[in-house]
Amino acid sequence: MLDLTWLLIAVPLASSFVLLLLGKRANPWGHWLGVAASGTAFVIGLLALIQMLGLDAHDRSHAVHLFSWIPGGELNLDAGLLVDPLSMTFVMLVTFVGTLIHIYSVAYMEHDPNRRIFFAYLNLFVAAMLLLVLADSYLLLFVGWEGVGLASYLLIGFWNQKPEYATAANKAFVVNRIGDIGLILAMGLMFTYLGGVDFATVFAAAPEASTAQLTAIGLTLLLAATGKSAQFPLQSWLGDAMAGPTPVSALIHAATMVTAGVYLIVRSAPIYEGAPAAQTVVAAIGAFTLILGALIGMAKDDIKKALAASTMSQIGYMMLAAGLGPIGYAFAIFHLVTHGFFKAGMFLGAGSVMHGMHDQVDMRRYGALRTAMVTTWVTFGLGWLAILGVPPFSGFWSKDKIIEAAFVGEGAQPWILGGAALIGAGLTAFYMSRLFFMTFHGKARWTDDQHPHESPALMTVPMIILAVGSAFLGLFLAMGDRFTDWLEPVTGHAEHHEPVLPVPVIMVATLLLVALGAWVAWRKYGAADVPETAPAASLATIAARNDMFQDSVNRGVFERPGTHLTRTLVYADAALVDGAVDKTAHSFARTGESVRKTQNGQVRSYALTMLVGLVIVIIVVVQGGL
Amino acid sequence: MVNPVLFWVIAAITVIPALSLLFARKAVHVAMSVVLVMVGLATAYVALGAPFLGMVQIVVYTGAVMMLFLFVLMLVGVDQREELKETIKGQRWIGLFTAAGLGAFLVSIVGRTVLPTAEVGVQGEPDVIAVMLFEKYVLVIEVLGFLLITAAVGALVLTHTPRLKPRRTQLEVQRDRVLMGADPVNKPMPGVYARHNALDVPALDPEGQPIEHSISRVLKVRNQTVEGEQWRAQLEDPSHQEGDR
Amino acid sequence: MDPINFVILASILFAIGAAAVLLRRNAIIAFMGVELMLNAANLALVAFSRMHGEIDGQIMAFFVLVVAAAEVVVGLAIIIAVFRARQTISLDEPAELKG
Repeated sequence: MLDLTWLLIAVPLASSFVLLLLGKRANPWGHWLGVAASGTAFVIGLLALIQMLGLDAHDRSHAVHLFSWIPGGELNLDAGLLVDPLSMTFVMLVTFVGTLIHIYSVAYMEHDPNRRIFFAYLNLFVAAMLLLVLADSYLLLFVGWEGVGLASYLLIGFWNQKPEYATAANKAFVVNRIGDIGLILAMGLMFTYLGGVDFATVFAAAPEASTAQLTAIGLTLLLAATGKSAQFPLQSWLGDAMAGPTPVSALIHAATMVTAGVYLIVRSAPIYEGAPAAQTVVAAIGAFTLILGALIGMAKDDIKKALAASTMSQIGYMMLAAGLGPIGYAFAIFHLVTHGFFKAGMFLGAGSVMHGMHDQVDMRRYGALRTAMVTTWVTFGLGWLAILGVPPFSGFWSKDKIIEAAFVGEGAQPWILGGAALIGAGLTAFYMSRLFFMTFHGKARWTDDQHPHESPALMTVPMIILAVGSAFLGLFLAMGDRFTDWLEPVTGHAEHHEPVLPVPVIMVATLLLVALGAWVAWRKYGAADVPETAPAASLATIAARNDMFQDSVNRGVFERPGTHLTRTLVYADAALVDGAVDKTAHSFARTGESVRKTQNGQVRSYALTMLVGLVIVIIVVVQGGL
Repeated sequence: MVNPVLFWVIAAITVIPALSLLFARKAVHVAMSVVLVMVGLATAYVALGAPFLGMVQIVVYTGAVMMLFLFVLMLVGVDQREELKETIKGQRWIGLFTAAGLGAFLVSIVGRTVLPTAEVGVQGEPDVIAVMLFEKYVLVIEVLGFLLITAAVGALVLTHTPRLKPRRTQLEVQRDRVLMGADPVNKPMPGVYARHNALDVPALDPEGQPIEHSISRVLKVRNQTVEGEQWRAQLEDPSHQEGDR
Repeated sequence: MDPINFVILASILFAIGAAAVLLRRNAIIAFMGVELMLNAANLALVAFSRMHGEIDGQIMAFFVLVVAAAEVVVGLAIIIAVFRARQTISLDEPAELKG
């Protein structure tokens, strides 16, 4: 089965093409084909997983050679797949969550005339994402990387008849391209310094390379990761990406694609091993983004944007863990998996709420939905407990480990990173509780035409499954360090380090902060009345509501100077270069104009000229001869 | 040496008619004046000891070339009037100035030049010229022959109008007429029974109806026709059988 | 009277002919100006022939006369062709040489 993993990519891709090429003929059954393709991929993945589990831990890395891709001199590259525990983890996450979301979308998109195209794009995304995680070289990974970018762009702009949605899609596309340049540069550096772009060559050559070279590669890879994973400073697109249909937000912008950056960092572990500085930058960016995202999430009233900010923040945790080195890799992926479950579940819950609330996204117009949508309330509640890190739900097992790991180290670093992670936990508790209470508790603040109702079973069943995962997956995987052992062949064995604070102290502090955050949120948004419009607020709140002015910063720091530079260059080009050429041409033209006047077409005029010339010649000859 | 009186006469009958080239309005007048100039020049040739050339000048220029000019003038229309207003800016004054300057310059140069004059000039009698032409210059004469033939052919080519369509035959002309709805035969002649000056009376068709277009247009314009209605009334009335008009 | 005076007369006639070519717009009149210039040259040639006592000058004048006759034939044919095409013989009309 491991040799057939290419089917994982081929099946959804083929389905995508079939759906797109058949056109309207496929409308009646197209969505079921999409679900079937995703489900098939999941089954193949599951069989491969079972086969892999039967192998010895050290034989679990399996290379599948597909074809000779770029047989060109020094860059002799084959297209192949690398099936190892890390990629298998992603395969399972992507296909399982993906299939659930496919099923959910059948109902969610029921009234959309372009549902078939939606499923084609979803399948395209699944194929591209699987290619991304299964690729055995950075170049093939890049193909998948661009593929998910394309799918993301298409799906964010799925309702592109609204200009702002189309703009959001363009924004995501452009910002992602900046990150892609990082990946391209990284590949160029790898080819120059390490002699290839496939994982085997690169990782074999990495220990011999100099620290500076590895740092450069690491930082460019980090740039790529920040673009794809919406980390600082390329985080601005994620909030706007919520313009896409909610299942897209759940699958692409919460569970899978945005975590590709984390995958990239973890996959490139051998490079970061030789570049501690780059590693520190990764951790610092993760820590910064987790606080930034949390602060933004605290002020957002749009339920999807609040969840997006939360995603940003949670990926910050993963990046922080990935930046900690071998002790963090496994936890980064662990958190990625649990986050994939509970965040996807919450997004689907948000979609269910919107479905019942006439596409209302403003949480200030929700309230008291727990009675109207019991299933949604329960499943969302489980996700909420999971992200808060309340034991024994999933989030606790992953996030707590990250916080512990952040406290490991020497000097000021553990205090800063650990402190950020700790505070982030408290902030997370506050904003997620705020979201939860504003939506499901308190008084009903619905508008008149809203009649909340529970969603159909096609939507609730995936939510229930994800909720079960949110509740128990962490416990299941953390028992006996199952997940860490599973990943050990890839991430390497982590030496056990003692945190600067005792583990129980960290755990208690975390739980206390979480409880405090949740309690404050309950006091403000659960027990008290919530105004229906956003009240005037402090400068900090306004800043958070405006995404910390990230767009203004981008505009001021990059766009304006860029525009002015371009204008200056255009002006200089027009005035100097074009001007010189034009002036020369004009002078010739003017000379021609004036000479042209003598060519008036009048024979008598020509005769006069001839005679004048004749007279002159005669005078010269005669006078000279005299 | 040339008789001074003869010289001044020649000068007068060449320069004064030549000025008509500049001032005469009608091209025919100019052509006739130039004929006079040519005659004057022929006289000058004879006076300068070139009688053969003088005769040739008369025959070729006054007899042939100037008549050709006149023919062409007839062809393009003698009344091709010339706009007197100068259209090219400065052409008139610069042209006059340059031509006058050229004349004055040449006159002054020639006047100041002293050239030896042979006491006895040669007489360009036809036999002398003939010997010269067909001995020393025979090649040039042949080349001139080519030139004249070429010029003749060139003139033919230039004035030839190629026929673009085949000539229409009488049959085609007649067919077109009939197709256009014209009568295939002659119009009927006017007049009834020729009982009086019948040109003013329309003919009658077999049904007794007058054919108005059988009367000449000219008579209609002059109101010298007799109404067909009136004439038919007379025809039908036996008391007017003899007619009194 | 010295034959040199005929050369002076030829100069005057030449200038008049040149002026006619420059100033008249009727192609036929301008053409007659050209003829006058040719004849002025002929007169000068004959006068020089008399002064030098050589017959060659007259021969040259004869050649000029023949060439002039040929030129007249072609020139008038051109005038007729132009007239057919444009219904005018004004020299200002065909301004296709205008640059």
